[in-house]
Amino acid sequence: MFYREAGDFKTSYRDDGQTFPIKLDRIGYYAILAIAVLVIPFVINDYWASAVLLPFLIYAIASIGLNILVGYAGQVSLGTGGFMAVGAFAVYKLMTAFPEISVVIHILLAGGITALVGIAFGLPSLRIKGFYLAVATLAAQFFLVWLFNKVPWFYNYSASGQINSPERTVLGWAVTGPAASPSAKYLICLAFVFMAAWVARNLTRGMVGRKWMAIRDMDIAAEIIGVNPLTAKLTAFGVSSFFIGIAGALLFAVYLGAAEVTEAFGINKSFLVLFMVIIGGLGSIFGSFAGAAFLVLLPVFLKNLLVGTLGWPTDLAAHIELMIVGALIIFFLIVEPHGLARLWRLVKEKLRLWPFPH
Amino acid sequence: MKLKLAALAAAAVMAAAPAMADLVVPNLSYRTGPYGANGTQYADGFNDYFTLLNERDGGIGGEKIQVPECETAYNTEKGVECYESTKADALVFNPLSTGITYQLIPKVAVDKKVLYTPGYGRTSAKDGTVFEWVFNAPANYWDGASVAIKYLLDENGGSLEGKKIALVYHNSAYGKEPIRTLQELGKKHGFTLTEIPVEAPGQEQKSQWLQIRRDKPDYVLMWGWGVMNQVAIQEAANIRFPMENFIGIWWAGSELDVMPAGDGANGYKSMTFNGVGMDYPLYDDLKTHVIDTGKASQGGEHVGSAVYSRGMYAAVVIAEAIKKAQELAGTSAITPEQLRDGFEQLDITPERLAEIGLPDFGPEVKMSCANHGGSGMSRVQQWDAAAKKWNLITEFTAPDAEVLDPLIAADSAAYAQESGITPRTCE
Repeated sequence: MFYREAGDFKTSYRDDGQTFPIKLDRIGYYAILAIAVLVIPFVINDYWASAVLLPFLIYAIASIGLNILVGYAGQVSLGTGGFMAVGAFAVYKLMTAFPEISVVIHILLAGGITALVGIAFGLPSLRIKGFYLAVATLAAQFFLVWLFNKVPWFYNYSASGQINSPERTVLGWAVTGPAASPSAKYLICLAFVFMAAWVARNLTRGMVGRKWMAIRDMDIAAEIIGVNPLTAKLTAFGVSSFFIGIAGALLFAVYLGAAEVTEAFGINKSFLVLFMVIIGGLGSIFGSFAGAAFLVLLPVFLKNLLVGTLGWPTDLAAHIELMIVGALIIFFLIVEPHGLARLWRLVKEKLRLWPFPH
Repeated sequence: MKLKLAALAAAAVMAAAPAMADLVVPNLSYRTGPYGANGTQYADGFNDYFTLLNERDGGIGGEKIQVPECETAYNTEKGVECYESTKADALVFNPLSTGITYQLIPKVAVDKKVLYTPGYGRTSAKDGTVFEWVFNAPANYWDGASVAIKYLLDENGGSLEGKKIALVYHNSAYGKEPIRTLQELGKKHGFTLTEIPVEAPGQEQKSQWLQIRRDKPDYVLMWGWGVMNQVAIQEAANIRFPMENFIGIWWAGSELDVMPAGDGANGYKSMTFNGVGMDYPLYDDLKTHVIDTGKASQGGEHVGSAVYSRGMYAAVVIAEAIKKAQELAGTSAITPEQLRDGFEQLDITPERLAEIGLPDFGPEVKMSCANHGGSGMSRVQQWDAAAKKWNLITEFTAPDAEVLDPLIAADSAAYAQESGITPRTCE
């Protein structure tokens, strides 16, 4: 009824291969984009930006990055927190060393630096697989955090090891620092999210993505049909780390404004992003958004509901919140092991047939 | 579904905003997470003092004080969320986390809110010319480090020449704070400093204490928080390190830290800038108006503990600053700007403390436009394991300004330069 291909004729290969082949999807996509760009910046306030939208957008970039590695290329990584730290410290060093250069370039460069670090730590993936690779990336996590805590050069010799993001502007609008307006911070993150999703979508449906998926599905078979595991695995690590580095840079520079490596980029962050990918759906761009939304928005929503509306004591609410989120994770994984993205796909299929399912 | 969720969330957010017209002092507390045990006691003390003022005096200057609580779990991201959700009517923030403080320092300057960080946070915030909105009286970490060294100097007849001092610290912004000062003090007094980091949260310290057993330092200083303290004191007892040579900062000086080690912790010392125990007249009022009426935060089970007392002390200073601000402004409904002026003019004399019902509870606090850190005085307390109580063993001692002032000037100048702040001039 709602959701039909009937009558939606494609007359070129280009049309046939587009990301949203169904008209309703396309309209929905443009509508969300229009609201995100034309409406939200005018109504956003500090609370919505700092507590809800910025973390959602930034974690969406991180989970797109990790999804490329875990979901598309099949390489398990627990180093996300460490790679985000690389992005954060790279952007900090660049911002303070070259204040006259645009922060957008710094963030992209920070992504590039993280990509190089990611490739270096991805090298063991050529020899080890599965859980063993997870342990190797776990080493990256601990090594990188230790490094940024230990070597004072990275935090410009500040007394406490904290890094603070100075004010930087884009087209005359402050996007980092305390004076940045919520809409400017939101828009810069939105721009990077849009770019990340666009690039990731187009990479994954092209030759590079197909190589990744071939490696994921069976690496020996992939090698036999001519996929070079060296380039496929290392590009996966590189592209994934690039996005994760950008997420780390934005997390520090735009969202938090100050960060301490052990607290902001610890092992918990690695797990958080991995859970987003698993709950959202492995190998799905939409799943990355859904997973980030689930794990960022739900705790905030529950906190406001339990403490703000029902007036519960804060500690009780905090404990209950953990239990509810945990229970929901288990529930979703039992009901739909392939994540929220698969759930969404099922809904769409049902809607296509509705109201005549037979 | 999504829309409905968003609408619900929006409704919930609207409802979360506190009612206007009272003076709002948010309590960014943490009762969960790795430091929840300590955070709970602090938050209770903070809440109870304001409850007492509301119940006994009808607030301050006729204005009720509202203390909306928000759970941060010692996590900076949740701290940001809490700050944003409570900042609308708030006067002053006290997040009890050095990490969250670093985050809020630039933000409060833009939002024009007072940030009061007694005994934690960024040390150089003492410089009021750069940190206009931040106050860290009565003492900061560098004060604490300096007073500890002064105490050791007294113990050793005025010289620490050739002594070895080890610093066991929480490997985070908080734990790293005193290093620079201790290095400078080491140069001045001729002791060698060994830095021994402990990774958060600090349950595993075997290798650190093995190193101490091997190096045999004369004294061990500790900058720890939460479970790290308990483990360190237990490990020190295990290697039979003489407890009277083991001194913690004030955050490593609560009952929670020494109780698990039992008799082994006897003689352990820590710095403090507030009194402990219930031998103060104020507790009679607290009992009548708050505890007996069942209004105590979380049932009042921690009343009188070291961390509870510190939370209460923070509330006392904030309440005094509000009072001062009301006097200066001539109105009872003060704004954050007026509260800042109140903090800058604050002068809590020993007589005033006695009047509140807390004689000799804290050092004299006198701030000015340029000095946002007060006198920096603190004292040493020692644990008596048999009686299960802390005994104060020194008077309030002033830190070594000769060493600290240049360090503070250098660090605040670095911050001013990094953030593009022109230090204001103070008349």
